Amino acid sequence: MSLMSLTAVELGRKIKAKEVSVQEAAQAAMDAIMAKEESVNSFVTVLDEQEVLNRAGQVQKMIEEGTLNGPLAGVPVAVKDNMCTKGIPTTCSSKILSGFIPTYTSEAVKNLESAGAVIVGKTNMDEFAMGSTTETSAYGVTKNPWNLEHVPGGSSGGSCAAVAAEECSYALGSDTGGSIRQPCSFCGVTGIKPTYGTVSRYGLIAYGSSLDQIGPVAKDVTDCAAILEAISSYDKKDSTSMKREDLDFTSALKDDVKGMKIGIPKDYFGKGLDKQVENAVSAAAKVLEDKGAFIEEFDLGLVEYAIPAYYVIACAEASSNLARFDGVKYGYRTKDYEGLHNMYKKSRSEGFGTEVKRRIMLGSFVLSSGYYDAYYLRALRTKALIKKEFDKAFSKYDVILGPASPSTAPKLGSSLSDPVKMYLGDIYTVSVNLAGLPGICLPCGMDDKGLPIGLQLIGDCFKEKNIIRMAYAYECTKTYQHSPLSDRL
Amino acid sequence: MANKINDETIEYVGILAKLELTEEEKEQAKKDMEEMLSYIDMLNELDVSGVEPMSHVFPVNNVFREDIPSEIDGREDTLKNAPSEKNGGFEVPKTIG
Repeated sequence: MSLMSLTAVELGRKIKAKEVSVQEAAQAAMDAIMAKEESVNSFVTVLDEQEVLNRAGQVQKMIEEGTLNGPLAGVPVAVKDNMCTKGIPTTCSSKILSGFIPTYTSEAVKNLESAGAVIVGKTNMDEFAMGSTTETSAYGVTKNPWNLEHVPGGSSGGSCAAVAAEECSYALGSDTGGSIRQPCSFCGVTGIKPTYGTVSRYGLIAYGSSLDQIGPVAKDVTDCAAILEAISSYDKKDSTSMKREDLDFTSALKDDVKGMKIGIPKDYFGKGLDKQVENAVSAAAKVLEDKGAFIEEFDLGLVEYAIPAYYVIACAEASSNLARFDGVKYGYRTKDYEGLHNMYKKSRSEGFGTEVKRRIMLGSFVLSSGYYDAYYLRALRTKALIKKEFDKAFSKYDVILGPASPSTAPKLGSSLSDPVKMYLGDIYTVSVNLAGLPGICLPCGMDDKGLPIGLQLIGDCFKEKNIIRMAYAYECTKTYQHSPLSDRL
Repeated sequence: MANKINDETIEYVGILAKLELTEEEKEQAKKDMEEMLSYIDMLNELDVSGVEPMSHVFPVNNVFREDIPSEIDGREDTLKNAPSEKNGGFEVPKTIG
């Protein structure tokens, strides 16, 4: 068995107990990457092996000296390629950022480094995190480790595939409209989208700033709680960062849901939901009920309006955020041009992919005079109404339970041609971002094709502990399913 | 509210978004945007009168700090990322005739 089959916390424990050295752990990750990348392609950039081993040596020394003693010290991690890492190429899976080497490290990654993490590479994603399949990457598609003919989901598809294929112990992802939870669902791994403002966005290349959050992707709930504890911090450099004093997420790892109240939105189980996903999620609810949780169906309301509101807001923010890519300060510049404006236009047109251009154009349109009120402001008003619906629900329930995605992973090449249809797949995830809530996705079964099904638990703002506790209690009834590919190679 | 995206709109959006599209891309963009907007028009079913637009879920205020110079000089590394540099600055095409 490879060291990469262990959870991050298990590996960290072995390192602490001197059963495994940090170098051995790093070497195991590098070997796994070498063996599996050709099939999976989870990474845009894999770090130089010697550099990784050097860093591992430094961490080993700090552990021995007693300066590093957290649960993740010495454990190899992969980072989504939209988080800046000093001296390591960061592309957002876009041609326009080819060759970009950040001069600073994002706060979340810095926090991980302070906890003794050893970075092995940067993971593939949908270009600028815009997509649900990781197929819009300029650096090739990532494949689902459960079946290489299927997508891993997106946009954190590389991070989720790398964890499922056991190329690293855990990874960081980012979630703007489901980009951690949906690929976790497709790849059979666990991930958390924290309450907005919990993890600093400093150094995260922005897509929709009012929605973006960084979060953990790992094999189980215990890992996710430990990782989230490590990356969360108040950061002056992010003006939306929240001062929180309840960041001891691992304290919620209790196998006890007695008396907790779960609401199941009736609207989540309507048209468009795959029968096998429905059955698996309902069975998970039953497991929690048997463990003593109180379960009730209710009307959440406005569910179908979350998707149009989300796309207006996310695209509007993206059109503004992506204005900085102009071929002047970093990244790609077109070869032939006449004058400044032509240089801007050609660099951007050649540097951005189709989906990114589609969203920038929609965003520019909804912000343009004449349409601003009708689209952008209306979407922000809808967001306020959606938030109210959740407030109402959380006055009655501790956790909202449902699927993370209406289906299991689709086949490669079957999603991009019909954007609206692809966007509809985000129905269970986007409202969580609009309302700033925390959500966790963890595996709850398999379909008849052998593809994982994900369970989503949503909590009220700042109530990560409720969803961690419930997810942990559910997980205690199951054993982790390794993907076939992680064993074969 | 269909058919609000004509050739002029696509041209105008191209200017706002600083994108130069081929004829083929323009046709596709017209079709895609039309389709997305007619879906988004679903929001018109909701009565939002009297609802304040919510740009952030939590109250967000401007964060002020003292302007204290620090020792970091990242000029050299920053310029390494520039497609073109000259005399310690970013080089751009001539902007004034």
